[in-house]
Amino acid sequence: MLEIKDLHVNVFGKEILKGLSLTVPPGEVHAIMGPNGAGKSTTSYTLAGRAGYEVTGGEIDFYGEDVTALSPEERAAKGIFLAFQYPMEIPGVSTMNFLKTAMNAQAKLRNEPELDAAQFLRTVRAAAKELNISEDMLKRPLNVGFSGGEKKRNETLQMALLKPKLAILDEMDSGLDIDALKLVAEGVNKLRAPDRSFLVITHYQRLLDYIVPDVIHILAGGKIVMSGDKSLALQLEENGYDAVINKAA
Amino acid sequence: MSEETDTLQDLADQKYKYGFVSEIESDFAPKGLNEDVIRFISAKKDEPDWLLQYRLDAYRRWLTLEEPTWAKLDYPKIDFQDAYYYAAPKSDSDKPKSIDDVDPELLRVYEKLGIPLHEQEVLAGVEQRKVAVDAVFDSVSVVTTFKEELGKVGVIFCPISEALKTHPELVKQYLGTVVPASDNFYATLNAAVFSEGSFVYIPPGVRCPMELSTYFRINAAKSGQFERTLIIADKGSYVSYLEGCTAPQRDENQLHAAVVELIAMEDAEIKYSTVQNWYPGDENGKGGIYNFVTKRGDCRGDRSKISWTQVETGSAITWKYPSCVLRGDNSVGEFYSIAIANNYQQADTGTKMLHLGKNTSSRIISKGISAGKAQNTYRGLVSIHAKADGARNFTQCDSLLLGDQCGAHTVPYIQSRNPKAILEHEATTSKISDDQLFYCLSRGIPTEEAVALIVNGFCREVLQQLPMEFAVEAQKLVGISLEGSVG
Repeated sequence: MLEIKDLHVNVFGKEILKGLSLTVPPGEVHAIMGPNGAGKSTTSYTLAGRAGYEVTGGEIDFYGEDVTALSPEERAAKGIFLAFQYPMEIPGVSTMNFLKTAMNAQAKLRNEPELDAAQFLRTVRAAAKELNISEDMLKRPLNVGFSGGEKKRNETLQMALLKPKLAILDEMDSGLDIDALKLVAEGVNKLRAPDRSFLVITHYQRLLDYIVPDVIHILAGGKIVMSGDKSLALQLEENGYDAVINKAA
Repeated sequence: MSEETDTLQDLADQKYKYGFVSEIESDFAPKGLNEDVIRFISAKKDEPDWLLQYRLDAYRRWLTLEEPTWAKLDYPKIDFQDAYYYAAPKSDSDKPKSIDDVDPELLRVYEKLGIPLHEQEVLAGVEQRKVAVDAVFDSVSVVTTFKEELGKVGVIFCPISEALKTHPELVKQYLGTVVPASDNFYATLNAAVFSEGSFVYIPPGVRCPMELSTYFRINAAKSGQFERTLIIADKGSYVSYLEGCTAPQRDENQLHAAVVELIAMEDAEIKYSTVQNWYPGDENGKGGIYNFVTKRGDCRGDRSKISWTQVETGSAITWKYPSCVLRGDNSVGEFYSIAIANNYQQADTGTKMLHLGKNTSSRIISKGISAGKAQNTYRGLVSIHAKADGARNFTQCDSLLLGDQCGAHTVPYIQSRNPKAILEHEATTSKISDDQLFYCLSRGIPTEEAVALIVNGFCREVLQQLPMEFAVEAQKLVGISLEGSVG
């Protein structure tokens, strides 16, 4: 369970989040929608613990523990996963090697035994197959020369292997054509589970046709201004952010 | 600038795990350098007259030479009289015949360094490939393993002082033919005072059945190491050779001025790999080895090939340009380099590819990594002579910066006297971006491990060139060398 309480965040000395509160119970999918500059990316980076996103007030509780002061890798080990809008390229490091390093690093932080080579290979191959990811892609340097769709599928693969309790999907649909979007959404839907919640951050309603949320929140001016069921997305699509937000205010 | 960039500047203690000092009683030559010291060294090694003369000629020439200053290196003037030019473990004077006679204290040193000196131990490891080792401690070779087994196929692998006794004609024929005694200030110094090193001869048509390696250790205080390595691969033969080096952590700077000569005859191939991990000095730039090394390979025969791979992580100062003289037609020269400079380390390293023969080709892949306040320079010459029709070179120099107080410099020299030569040069400079680092962190990979991962990825093309068993070691070393470079 994720509970964000009255969160205030400064970036480069400027307050971006101004009292954001939000609760995502286990197993639920919540979407955050909002216009440009509302604080969507700041929300995802702050939850993942990125340096430079300074929490000046409020807190982030994760399964009853205040994680506001934890480092990104500690949060990852506690089960918070961020699927990036623009996944990073790491030349010379194969996807396979990266996955192994990440899985072993998290196991170490959790004082769990590392996977042996054979176990690891089996696990990765099975997960890759589920997501239609080729053996060749696993051998290529991480995200280098990957298409937009491949990068997002790779994010999904990482999610499948790292088994987070909370997955934050930051603009998962950006840079994807409709076929690639469907493929990625299908991958995400397979990972829905009673003990896993999702926070889907998006500008457009389109993604929510494929990853159907339980609750939609509208973020504007650094706080949640409105929450509702999935029909809220359609209202936004029809009338635009301004009209809906003004009505709420 | 974000906070992650700030933290990149934080330099913590760097760990150098080979910095221990061993209490080994040593024989020294009198301090300083003069003709008597040279006679002393020559007499210690019981050398033939021609070699003493060779040394004295080199010494007299050296007196007329000036230290080179063209490298981008900044260090106080070296007092060449304030060092010992010969140091040998006392126990060595009785000349141990086998491993059982070697001073156990010395054996413990190598054990601590992880160097296998017991053949049976190496043999016991079923999965590992065999590696023959020549262990050089200060100015003498302690032991050379697998000599007998190598002897069965005619391969000679022994300390150069021994080769001078057992195969004087070979040494005399080849010594100084690639790096003449007059070559440069440090090579000339080496010719005057060299005291150990390995000698390798691979007979025609023989593929050396195991990796050969020499492990250099400077132990005595205030002493320099001046080894000389000579490798000859006769027609159609192949050898892969690796050298490693470490030194104790000491406050004063110590001098290392080696010369390595490689000769590849027709259709022969030499693969020479170095993992250089001399003590780099502390995080404030105190102490460390001054490493002034001349390495050159001569592709003397047609279709011969010489490949240099180096992983340079140690030394306070590195001045080193392993080169290839591509004399034979269709000969090939390669240079793969990783140079890491952290804290106050300075590295000026690169290669020279001299294309003399027809259809000669060379390939240069250089990866420079700078962290802390270090300066890292790639300096390379590609020279195509008039008769080298069809010569080709490809050069790629990539620099990676960690933090914003270090420097990376690329100085390529290209001379072509043949209009048909094809030369390509690519260079890039990059930083580990905050985005890359955060991406790794968000997956649970802690900062130092993330940096090691990204840097190893950056170096991959070069690491791939190393023999399997050393590549793993080198990867770890890359991580360790950069420990503390990121906050």
